[in-house]
Amino acid sequence: MAHIQAHTSPARRASVSAGGVMAIGWTALAILLSLGLVVLGLYVIAVRPAASDATSAVPKVAGGLVAIAAGAIILVRYSRVARAYSRERDVRVLRETMNADLVQAFLLIVLASVLFPVLWILSMSLDPRDFSRPTGLTIIPPGATLDAYARVLTNPSPNPVTFLQLLRNSLLVAAGTAALAVAVGTTAAYAFSRFNFPGRRIGMLGFVLVLMIPPGGTLAPLFVLLTAVGLRTSLVGLAIAYTSTALPFAIWNMKGFIDALPFDLEEAAMIDGCSRTQGFLRVILPLAVPGMAVTALWGFLTGWSEFILAWTFLSDPPTFTLPMVLRGMVGQYAAGTSWAMFSAMSIVMSIPAVMVFFFLQRYLVSGLAAGGVKG
Amino acid sequence: MAAVTPTPQPGKIEVGKALWEGRLAYLYILPAFLIMAFITFYPIVYQVWMAFTNFELRHLRLQNPEFVGFENFVRVLGGLPIPNYSFGRILVFNIVWTFVNVFLHVTLGILVAVALNIKNLPGKRLYRSLFIIPWALPSLVSGMVWNNMWHERFGAVNLLLQELGLPGNIRWLQETQPVINIPQIGLVLPLSFFAVLIANVWLGWPFMMSIATGALQSIPEELYEAALVDGASGWQKLWRITLPMIRPAMVPATMIGIMMTFNQFNVIYFVTGGGPLGLTQILVTQGFNLVNQQGWYGVASAFNLIVFLILAVITLITNRISRATEPYYA
Repeated sequence: MAHIQAHTSPARRASVSAGGVMAIGWTALAILLSLGLVVLGLYVIAVRPAASDATSAVPKVAGGLVAIAAGAIILVRYSRVARAYSRERDVRVLRETMNADLVQAFLLIVLASVLFPVLWILSMSLDPRDFSRPTGLTIIPPGATLDAYARVLTNPSPNPVTFLQLLRNSLLVAAGTAALAVAVGTTAAYAFSRFNFPGRRIGMLGFVLVLMIPPGGTLAPLFVLLTAVGLRTSLVGLAIAYTSTALPFAIWNMKGFIDALPFDLEEAAMIDGCSRTQGFLRVILPLAVPGMAVTALWGFLTGWSEFILAWTFLSDPPTFTLPMVLRGMVGQYAAGTSWAMFSAMSIVMSIPAVMVFFFLQRYLVSGLAAGGVKG
Repeated sequence: MAAVTPTPQPGKIEVGKALWEGRLAYLYILPAFLIMAFITFYPIVYQVWMAFTNFELRHLRLQNPEFVGFENFVRVLGGLPIPNYSFGRILVFNIVWTFVNVFLHVTLGILVAVALNIKNLPGKRLYRSLFIIPWALPSLVSGMVWNNMWHERFGAVNLLLQELGLPGNIRWLQETQPVINIPQIGLVLPLSFFAVLIANVWLGWPFMMSIATGALQSIPEELYEAALVDGASGWQKLWRITLPMIRPAMVPATMIGIMMTFNQFNVIYFVTGGGPLGLTQILVTQGFNLVNQQGWYGVASAFNLIVFLILAVITLITNRISRATEPYYA
């Protein structure tokens, strides 16, 4: 790096002029592109099949107008920039505009790729056709209807199980997992955070090690074990099994959270005559509510969309969960399921999870970061 | 690991007393320990036993299986009588799959996070909230949706290609002719590898973006101001300030990413189902099939133990590599 600093000024002048040429080229390109967009928009609106009906004409005209508008915006933006450049002969204006627009272009491409599958599934869920498949891309298919949602809610599965039962089972398992993970995880995390005792390190490591076990790795022994104690086909057994999956994160996250709470508070309480447990219940727990909320929501998400154990263990249709029924709607088992129904079910199942997630996301990241840094 | 603690250091006093002093701590851990013991540790021990027996579906009805020694391990590594099975090829595929994915997740995540960290960027809030969607969706839903998107005749991807005037009849998930074939190391990548890779990158990068965004916000502004005074270019700022500063947050996130991707069941299982010809099977999905389709519990246990060992070794190695080049602990 030293030699660059030594020759700072010539190096910078050279790079400015090279970048300047690029920026001028980019500005010219942008103006050409904007003109092209306007022409394309006009062409799409003007040249369309004479006998086209209203439903197919509307999206075309709309698309054409969007192209014209985008072209006009780019044209105005860059002609202004170009005029500023010709006035002041300062290439920085061009470069800044170019950089800002390249970033926006990149982000828009990413956005399109993120939204593409989402729009596809939304569009399919509104498709009125029953078993025939989509043959073109539309955001709102002709004859859009909420019929598929109605069918999912009234008759979700060829198995004898209603949507309400499925919803209840999934909610019970998810909420049970959340409650257990919080209760058990918080107390354990408190011990790991506040006490020093033999086996502490090994204990922490043991809980993290579980993350490495392949999901379903203990499927076979669990199957035998839960069958032996009569919990295999029940939702209780499932919730307990999920809790063990959610616990490592729960303990990790809660430990990070409790680590951040000052010890002085408990100390003050203990000087005032509180026992250790009272200190935990009265001082730490109220302060740890945000961390517990994140842990609970994480447990909920784990239980809500788990598939492997549910699919392997549950055999009685009235105890089935939503992921199992969604699974039944695709692949070799699903020749008789319309894609509209599959899409509607995907959306119905995703809505609670996405809502929970958006609420939790900010805390989740800070919890993961705290846990990761402190180990 | 130094924690605030009122009790004396256990090293200085006898072990019995230390255990007694820690009794409250053990009480607090007991519920978690019981659940883990019941659901995780006991099954692991049980699994070790099962791995040495010929446990099959019929033994669930209380018939005692027989001890078979290391036969299951030999069969898992040497070849099982099921179509398209090869432990070595699945392992190589699994490792390539994991590292390609995590590399792309981290790169794309940091790239977008850096772009979104620009001051006064128009649309910043909108981008940030919409980019979370792939992470927020349950992965089994995204898996099934992507399977649907890659459908040869009616899938969204081929329909999009048709709209753009390109050949839109690509057999994404069925094409058996490998795109990349390096038999010397057992690497065979069919077209469906790239299809499922795109699906998993789609749903994996927002996690890394979120971690990177958090880390970027903690970089002090003065560093960039100093760089500006020194006349550093944008690239130099990225390589010499931004990346080293977010590294402490990205390393553990990458480790989590490696572990999670190595064991990510839903995407492979629901997008390709391991096909075509088992070429995109990973270890977890294969292990699941051994139980779910074959009912070979003993074989599956041996299989999963081997997988667990491999993952532990990979984790240790990556941990060592990331620490070795880590200036913060040096």
